[in-house]
Amino acid sequence: MIEIKILSPCGILGYGFPKESFQRGLEKKPDVIAVDAGSTDAGPHKLGAGVGIVSKRAVKKDLELILAGGFDLKIPIIIGSAGGAGAKKHVEWTMEIIEEIIQEKKLFFKTAVIHADIEKEYVRNRLETNNLFPMKFVPQLTENDLEKTNNIVGQMGVEPIIEALENGAQLIVAGRAYDPSAFAAYPILKGFDPALAYHLGKILECGALCAEPGTTKDCIIGHLRKDHFIVEALNPIRKCYTTSVAGHTLYEKDHPYILHGPGIKLDLSECKFEQYSDSTVKVSGSEIEFPKQYTIKLEGAVKVAYRTLVIAGIRDPIMIENIEDIKEEVINQVQNYFDEIPTDEYQIIYHVYGKNGVMGIREPSKQISHELGIVIEAIASTQELANTICSAARSTMLHYGYEGRKSTAGNLAFLYSPSDIEFGPVYKFTLYHLINVDDPKELFPIEYFDLFNKEELKNDSN
Amino acid sequence: MIQTKSLYSLAKVLRSKNSGPFELTIDIIFDKEENYRVVKNSGIITNELICKLYNISVEEISGIIFYEPAMAIKITMKRPIDSGSIGDTDVYGAQQHAPLIEIQIPV
Repeated sequence: MIEIKILSPCGILGYGFPKESFQRGLEKKPDVIAVDAGSTDAGPHKLGAGVGIVSKRAVKKDLELILAGGFDLKIPIIIGSAGGAGAKKHVEWTMEIIEEIIQEKKLFFKTAVIHADIEKEYVRNRLETNNLFPMKFVPQLTENDLEKTNNIVGQMGVEPIIEALENGAQLIVAGRAYDPSAFAAYPILKGFDPALAYHLGKILECGALCAEPGTTKDCIIGHLRKDHFIVEALNPIRKCYTTSVAGHTLYEKDHPYILHGPGIKLDLSECKFEQYSDSTVKVSGSEIEFPKQYTIKLEGAVKVAYRTLVIAGIRDPIMIENIEDIKEEVINQVQNYFDEIPTDEYQIIYHVYGKNGVMGIREPSKQISHELGIVIEAIASTQELANTICSAARSTMLHYGYEGRKSTAGNLAFLYSPSDIEFGPVYKFTLYHLINVDDPKELFPIEYFDLFNKEELKNDSN
Repeated sequence: MIQTKSLYSLAKVLRSKNSGPFELTIDIIFDKEENYRVVKNSGIITNELICKLYNISVEEISGIIFYEPAMAIKITMKRPIDSGSIGDTDVYGAQQHAPLIEIQIPV
């Protein structure tokens, strides 16, 4: 094998992609289709609540094309971080969709499911034996937070995926995985340079975001060769440039050329990015180290409170001028009115768009818009209390008689009726920690299925 | 008088994004080598400047790193509040680059 072609349909499974681009990709006879389905980008809610970030309908639409394409070419299909956060619920949700498609389209795959869930007891043991290492700026886990944490996952490397491929799986649904793992596993199994495989995986995992114009909603293909790889966009309106591909190498990473992953440290300091044709880029010189100690990153989230919010506009210039005092006074009045509720049981938070809504305390600009958008949110230990506090803060601000007020009928332009929106639970990440493991596969059990005949298969290569 | 240009006009890309839920990373990427050099050699992009623009302490900066192969500068810092937690205002961290826009670079 002198070249492996990896087809990446889109940046997140369910984001969608033009079927013409995907068809162009299939015509290039890819050796594997890989797609990333998850991320921590959208915050802790997905993991904590066990829900996705895209609709079932969107995932099904993407998977119908991907499964049919992979089936026709008889090539492996690898899905990483299934369902958005890659926990049991997310994987099961993805499997239900896949089973529907397999039944409807009469496809047959040997399907592997790789679980990434970590038992709470396991984490507790790590915590008690001082073998749980927080990532930078992450507070150490408390016993109390661990107790309430749901859906703990670990980011798998390529090793469990490679085992599934070796056992003859054609469709691999992986729970939480290091983003490049789904892309790097197949070429590493086939003996290609892991440094190039991981680097290419890092670039492909966002779909066509490494092209210009960049997007996560279009297809991209990587050609991995002995000592370099080529990145090629599959939509003629997009081109890969050295600046866009090199730029994507450092996307959403803390360091531009040292990338840590499960069992690897990529060093891209000596990389060369060359324009290969007018629309493709050649990359070489990626290097890799395999640290003696293999580490896995754990993620976990906990429900911390409930939220209710209201969205309103403010246009009166005197109100705008006095907004800081008014914000404070509204909180005082609510606290005075509900003097029987301890003030540490709830919080009123304002987001003032047109002033510092995006950057908060880090906003250096003093400029204020002629109109402000205000989000008043109440955070409390129960939904009922959040509703109560939000309602009180909203009505207080609506009618608050500030100094010099002329618009005496009301201070807020509500966007909706009813004005208050019950948000539901709020989560936070409690686990973003590393652990040391002896075996890269020990935390990631694999099951095999024939989803057409709806039966579990034994773990063998037949 | 020294002629200056804004960092925004010299850079091809100026963006911010989470690097994990607890860190924010800013990328300044150039498509013209002379622009990359003039910014790099100006010595203006320093911890002190970033601390001032973001109103943070130097301990909150993970690093300012220049990456020649991509003609890029990366600045990584602590998030004021971790992504999606109570009080966070930018879950993806995608709009936190603005304080860098008006940095003036002598050209």
